[in-house]
Amino acid sequence: MLRLPKFNLVSPKSIDEVVQALADSKGRGRILAGGTDLLPNLKHEFIEADIVVSLGEVDELRGIEVSADGGLSIGPLTSLADIASNEHVLRIAPALAQAAGTVAGPQHRIMGTIGGNVMLDTRCQWINQSHFWRSSLGFCLKKDGTACHVVEGGSRCVAAASNDTAAALASLGASLDFQNAPTEHGDGKRTLEFEALFKADGAWNKKVTPTELLTRIHIPATPRGHRGGYVKLRLRGSIDFPLLGVASRLDLDEAGKIEHADLVVIALQARPTRVRKAAKLLIGTTPGQANYDTAVAQVMDAAYKQCTPLPNIPGDHEWRQEMVPVYVKRALAAALG
Amino acid sequence: MSSLIALELMINGDRMRVSAEAHWTLLELLRYEIGLTGSKQGCDKGDCGACTVLVDGKPQLSCLILAGTAPGKQIQTIEGLQPAHRKAGGTGLDPVQDAFDRCGALQCGFCQSGMMLSARALLNENPTPDRAEIREALSGNLCRCTGYTQIVEAVELAVAESVGAEPKTPSWAKDKPWTESLSSKKGGGDQ
Ligand SMILES: Cc1cc2nc3c(=O)[nH]c(=O)nc-3n(C[C@H](O)[C@H](O)[C@H](O)COP(=O)(O)OP(=O)(O)OC[C@H]3O[C@@H](n4cnc5c(N)ncnc54)[C@H](O)[C@@H]3O)c2cc1C
Ligand code: SF4
Ligand code: FES
Ligand code: FES
Repeated sequence: MLRLPKFNLVSPKSIDEVVQALADSKGRGRILAGGTDLLPNLKHEFIEADIVVSLGEVDELRGIEVSADGGLSIGPLTSLADIASNEHVLRIAPALAQAAGTVAGPQHRIMGTIGGNVMLDTRCQWINQSHFWRSSLGFCLKKDGTACHVVEGGSRCVAAASNDTAAALASLGASLDFQNAPTEHGDGKRTLEFEALFKADGAWNKKVTPTELLTRIHIPATPRGHRGGYVKLRLRGSIDFPLLGVASRLDLDEAGKIEHADLVVIALQARPTRVRKAAKLLIGTTPGQANYDTAVAQVMDAAYKQCTPLPNIPGDHEWRQEMVPVYVKRALAAALG
Repeated sequence: MSSLIALELMINGDRMRVSAEAHWTLLELLRYEIGLTGSKQGCDKGDCGACTVLVDGKPQLSCLILAGTAPGKQIQTIEGLQPAHRKAGGTGLDPVQDAFDRCGALQCGFCQSGMMLSARALLNENPTPDRAEIREALSGNLCRCTGYTQIVEAVELAVAESVGAEPKTPSWAKDKPWTESLSSKKGGGDQ
């Protein structure tokens, strides 16, 4: 039995009411979407809250629309199950649909939201444990301690960004709208490029505070020849977090030649890792031809050198590194279908 | 800091007025306030699926739902499965329950209520799933005992009987005729 610590619960009905409730919490509020990350973390007592602000009744935060430029505008409260099966997402952003479809298990994808996945806390085998377990070991930098159990003598938490959709959203060049309560200095709104959300500190790997509300996810239009894929390494195919995740993007011209390529890897460190330089080797080659196969072998090699998993999440980290080229290859194959 | 909040919930078709603390989960409310202990408290952190209930017809984990966010939703627990079947004009057990019984799709039974609710949600949406679809739909429900084979076969039996088809021979029956032995199991016997 894992009891939740005490807190108050509010269920506002509009974005304006949510941001006001969060402002009133003086930094002691937490946002509740599907709850599949927040509630285990509160139970494990490495996150604390005086007030939990439930988004469940804020209908304006739901929905998937095709925007005027042919891209996607997605409400953060949209469930992962809906993202994975939505026809527009499948067509415009296939890597996102694939990533959403591999998050956790069926119940989590029904409950869990895309906003909660973007804002997912980092993971580490030494922190995703009960308070009792952690107190026996000795607390770490992420909560209540002064040492890191992963990097001896380390001064910064290196818990891993483990959100599957983050790799896909980065490869798609997504941007994020955030909102704070308005003040005399401004309306409280700001938009961040997807990758600008993250910083290299696993204790809190976001450049926004925990009480800033994500209100919309924008994905720019993708060209007609766009292909995208997402694959992940995990022990149980049914439910586990990624031990490594790779999103791929290939934009083909009319002749089938690659014009633009990108690869983003997740579950290494606190930020998604872009292996763009490696991916560039694919540009100008044509899948199905020998030049593509040669380039893929080079990309696998380059990605292996750039990606260095740490013993932060479960799974031997040297094995995880050996799997980097394998999953790069599979991600490219997933994009081409 | 927190105090009791009054909630009006719809549980197994009944309107209930209960009070709960803000930090109680739906699972805690069901088990310890309302006395519906069919939903199991396994891991209590979203790993195992033993606490699965249907929320507006979809399987969700009641250990990760705050009781205070449940009003306005139709909650169905394992206790409501047979009543819902009867209300819809059926007799006896829900066919999923019946098939689990006849296939011996349990050992300790701890996963069983969650399994059956996930299976029921699947069949409501897709009455004729294939084996891959059944396995996918049950993939968020862990079983530490059975090895899953009989569980999947139970759902296949329920599907086959609902469309009047011959059920596939289950793994344990080898080539022996087995549908008779299954029907003779109907109504109990300790298999
Ligand atoms: C057994 C298990 C397996 C899992 N496996 C995976 C996996 O394989 N891959 C994976 O990526 N995840 C996994 N998860 C984690 C989780 O289910 C998903 O990441 C899910 O998408 C989280 O969404 P949520 O709506 O439930 O988030 P919540 O728990 O509600 O929120 C998560 C975080 O985001 C914040 N937040 C939520 N919405 C907003 C918003 N609109 N604006 C600002 N902040 C917000 C919350 O305050 C919280 O800090 C798993 C969880 C469990 C229990
Ligand atoms: S990386 Fe280090 S500091 Fe961060 S959670 Fe793990 S053990 Fe704690
Ligand atoms: S008790 Fe809810 S998932 Fe295990
Ligand atoms: S029968 Fe024991 S857990 Fe499934």
